[in-house]
Order: sequence, then C-alpha cells, then structure tokens
Amino acid sequence: MTEIAQRSFFLRNPSVLVFLALLSVFTLAVTLASEATGFGWMSTSFVKTLGKTLCLCLIAIAMDLVWGYCGILSLGHFAFFGLGGYMIGMWLMYERTKDIVAQSLQNEVLPPTPDELRDAIGTQIFGVVGGSDIPLVWTFADSLFIQLVLVVLVPGLLALVFGWLAFRSRVTGVYLSILTQAMTLALSLYLFQNDSGLRGNNGLSGLQNIPGLTGVSQDVISIWFFWASALALALGYLLAAFMVSGKFGSVIRGIRDDEARVRFLGYNVEAYKLVIFTGTAMISAIAGALYYPQAGIVNPAEIAPIASIYLAVWVAIGGRGRLYGAVIGAAFVSLLSSWFTGGSAPDIPLGTFTIQWTDWWLVVLGLSFVAVTLFAPQGISGVFDKLVRKS
Amino acid sequence: MTTLLEVSGVSVSFDGFKAINNLSFQIGEAEMRAIIGPNGAGKTTFMDIVTGKTRPDEGHVIWGDRSVSLLKMSESQIARVGIGRKFQRPTVFEAQTVRENLAMALKNARGPFDVLFYRKSKSGADRIEALAEEIGLSNQLPRIAGTLSHGQKQWLEIGMLLAQEPRLLLIDEPAAGMTPEEREHTTQILVEAAKTRAVVVVEHDMEFVRRLNCKVTVLHEGAVLAEGSLDHVTQNQTVIDVYLGR
Repeated sequence: MTEIAQRSFFLRNPSVLVFLALLSVFTLAVTLASEATGFGWMSTSFVKTLGKTLCLCLIAIAMDLVWGYCGILSLGHFAFFGLGGYMIGMWLMYERTKDIVAQSLQNEVLPPTPDELRDAIGTQIFGVVGGSDIPLVWTFADSLFIQLVLVVLVPGLLALVFGWLAFRSRVTGVYLSILTQAMTLALSLYLFQNDSGLRGNNGLSGLQNIPGLTGVSQDVISIWFFWASALALALGYLLAAFMVSGKFGSVIRGIRDDEARVRFLGYNVEAYKLVIFTGTAMISAIAGALYYPQAGIVNPAEIAPIASIYLAVWVAIGGRGRLYGAVIGAAFVSLLSSWFTGGSAPDIPLGTFTIQWTDWWLVVLGLSFVAVTLFAPQGISGVFDKLVRKS
Repeated sequence: MTTLLEVSGVSVSFDGFKAINNLSFQIGEAEMRAIIGPNGAGKTTFMDIVTGKTRPDEGHVIWGDRSVSLLKMSESQIARVGIGRKFQRPTVFEAQTVRENLAMALKNARGPFDVLFYRKSKSGADRIEALAEEIGLSNQLPRIAGTLSHGQKQWLEIGMLLAQEPRLLLIDEPAAGMTPEEREHTTQILVEAAKTRAVVVVEHDMEFVRRLNCKVTVLHEGAVLAEGSLDHVTQNQTVIDVYLGR
C-alpha cells in the first residue's frame, strides 16, 4: 500500500526524482574532489562553502513554501535560521570549553570541584562580556539531545506565538512583512546586548570544533557536514514536495490567491497559515543548525533584517512557487555573492574610477532583482520552464 | 416546512449609514427565494451578515434544527455548518485546474493535518465527475480555471458550492454578464439545486427572476418592503415607486 502510494507520488512529481538525482551526483562529485575522501582537488574551505550553500537552499525552500506557495511574505525567516544556529552553538561551545578547562585544570594539585569547573567554564565563555556566571538559558547546554530538541522547539514556539497573534488579527500583505521585519530586528537587537546571556555582539564562536572529535581534522568534519547538509536538503525537498503536491498544496495556493474564498469554503485559513509559518520556521532552524558549525561563528548580525530580505531576493530571482526555483536562486545568488564579495572578482579600472566588486556587487544584485521583478516575474526557473516547453 | 434560517431584527450601520435596518427574513428547507431591490438596498450586506463577514449591531441570526446562533461563529465555521456563498464576481482559483477547484470544495475534513494526509479516493473522483456533469464542465476538468469563459467560471463556482453539500446556498447576481443561453443553463442548475436545499438568489434582472419562478423578497433601505410572487410584488405600489424613484 505504502509502496504504491510512494510510487505514484514520484510518478506525479518527476521533478522530485530529477532533483534528488542531481543532488546525489553533486554530493558524489564533491566527495570525490574533497581532500578528506577524494583526490583533493577541492579545498576544505570550498567544501564548507558548498555545504553552507546547501543549507541556504534548504531555508530557501522553506521561504518558497511560506511565500511562493502560501503568499505570506515573511521577512523574518532568517531569525529562525539564526536561532537554530545559536541553539546548537551553545552545546558546541559549552562542551568544547569544558574539555579545554578540564584539561588545563587536571595538572592542579587538588582535582577541581564541579563548582570550580563551572566557574572556569563561565569565565572562559563569558569573560568577553564581563561576566563569569553561566546564564539560565545555558541550563541544558551540556546535553546535545536537549539542545537538538531546542533547535526546532525554540524557533518553532517563537513562530507559533508570533503567527498566532498576527494571523488571528488578520494581518496580511505588506503589514505582515513589516511585522516580521520588526520581529527579526527586535531579536537581533536583544542578542546584541551583553546581558542577553548569548555573548552579545561576539556571538558564539569556534563552532567548527566539534567536542569529542578533537582528533578528527577539519577536512573530514567538513565533508561530514556536507553530507548532513545534502541529506537535510533532500529530506526537506521531499517534505516540501509532498506538502505542495496534494490537496494541502491546493489549499495553500488558494490562500495565496484568494484568502476569503478559501474561508468561505469552510477552511480555517488562520490554522493553515500557522502550520505553514511554524513548520517552515522549524525547517529554517534545522538549516541554521547545520550552517553555523560550518561557518564557525554565529552572531546577532546574522539575524539582521537585511538577511531575511536577501532570502526573499534569492527566491524571487530563482522563481517562487517552484521548489527547484528556490534552490536555483539560493545556490546561484549566494555563490555568486561570495565570489564577488570574497575578492576573487577582478576589479574594473575606469580611468579615475575603479569598480570594486566588494562594494558594487550589492548594486548589481539590487538591479538584477528589479530586472527580474519587471521582466521575468517567474524568475530563472520561469525562463527555464519556457525553454523546456518550447523544445 | 421547517425554518432553516431565521434572521430577526437585524440592524447594522457603517459610519452612521444604516445599511440594514431591523431586517427580518426566513427561509425553509428546499426552497428557492429571490431577493431583489435597488442599489444600496442592503442585499450584499445581508449576505455578509449571514456568512459572518459582517457582524450586526443588533438582532439574531438563527440556524438549523437546533437553532444555533451564527453570530458567534467564524466564516469558516459557518461554511462548515452548511452555508455556501457565491460572490458577484466569479471567484475561482484561477491558477488551478477545474478538478483541483472542485476537489478543494468537496465535503471532507477541513483541518490542516486532515488535508495534508488526505488520500484521493474513488468516491471523491466520482463525485467530482458527477458535479462536473451537473454544471456542464465534464470535458473541462484538466483545464486551468483561469482560461475558462466568464460563464464557465460562474458555473464552476456554483459547482464548488454544490460540492460543499450546503443546506443553504447564497448566490449573488449569478446571471450578470451572461449570454441568454448561459442564463438558461444557470437557471436549470439553480432550479435543480433548490430541489434538495434552500437557495437564495440576489438578482437585478427581472427576466431572470421570472424564470426562477419562486417567491420574491424586495429589500429597500435595509428592510423588507414586500414579499410574495413576482407578479404580486411588481403590482405593489410602493415597490413600483421605489424602482421608478417616485
């Protein structure tokens, strides 16, 4: 029974199979090119960049679900991404600091008491913000399991409460977008404070060092995270395709196009929006929890409102209302962005004036966003669709 | 005949303008009723009140055998107890196929998780075929609804209402912008529907109302002016005055 249902799901959605096949080929190629498991054609830092890109593709899929399919232009989903990073970052930082502290104290004459150990960890982590007490929010930081649960629970709860308040009051359209911007701005400003308990503007750092894996080199860890990111993206894509392919997809697209009509058909529109908003917040958080150990650091600047706007730009450029469009947009724009801003793009000297891409890239991105909105509202994948249909 | 919907003493005003003024109205099971009236008589506001879009300042709206009040329910709850509404402008989901439009309207569990794990069934597919037959869109099922003609969209919307299996249908100007043949077909669909449920049609077009051949309620300035057969109300002097503007 399940097998029949599954086969018909793939038969009805051949693009899902194509996507999974391409992702597998890509993963295999990177594995073979990496330093850890392959021929070493690809630097470890580039493997990390690609792994992070896969995480960005996953949050782009979440954005496409909430905006492209359900019509809620959330400009706050990067807040959930960042929160996911913070939740896993707390465990990474706490456990690693504990190892370091325990090592440095083991040569003392008297073995350290648990209180001394705790104080030393506190000073080590919170010294930069002038504290030594371990804040309440770090209560479970020594438990990987609990922090993993918190990765989905904290952003999920925030989205649930925020969404419930906003949707219940029938806030829609641009007003909702502004509210989500306010939410992410408030969260980022709060985290910037030194007494927020999450190290203020320093954020959490050293996240690339995995506790208990000190003997394993970064090139191996990077490929593990790459694999995990690829798996998460595949599962996320499958889940999203399952959600949008059936009657549920029909209803949320109906909400996007004519909310009142869906309501008069007897559907509780607010409940649907809440499910989509909260569900995508959780997917975003998982993407963030995989991203930040590869980035090595998470700080409040990551949650700044502009990050969520970039997310919307990726999905718009890739083509909203198509899952692969979101993936194309996120991968294409974020890789291009890191090429331009990373200093690899050659500057263009124009006599007295030089175009430096680190500054000018944003202008190009802004112009291409305007161009896509005006001339190709379906984004890159829309152009792609037209070519496929013509041939 | 038992009363299905009873509206009594309902008033609502917008910025001091009394759109509905102490209106009382009843309709029984399996009855067709036409509501006519000049512009601003409160016809659409009346529908808004029954479907929960507008809350009245005073009065009661009582529904069904167990006499529950509709005033405390949300729009979606009202739709689920069995009141379907068709808007003046055809509102179907233009980006989706005729089949998807009908499937969404089929009477099934409406919760997000019910719908997420909903499996297409043979009976559902049969029901869609039967509905498409009824509204004359049998060979249009795979078509994107946005490409249908104006009349076909109106029928699709009526089909979506029927798919909900409502006990009361509220229909706002179904014949607007239709060709004579399309009107004929629309009349047939509505007359057929009224055999098994209550149908309230708001219409400007007297010729169309005559074809429906049913009891008529005339609204004026938010209250009932006259009620009876079309011939009866059109001979009423106040009705003539109102329509001719005195």
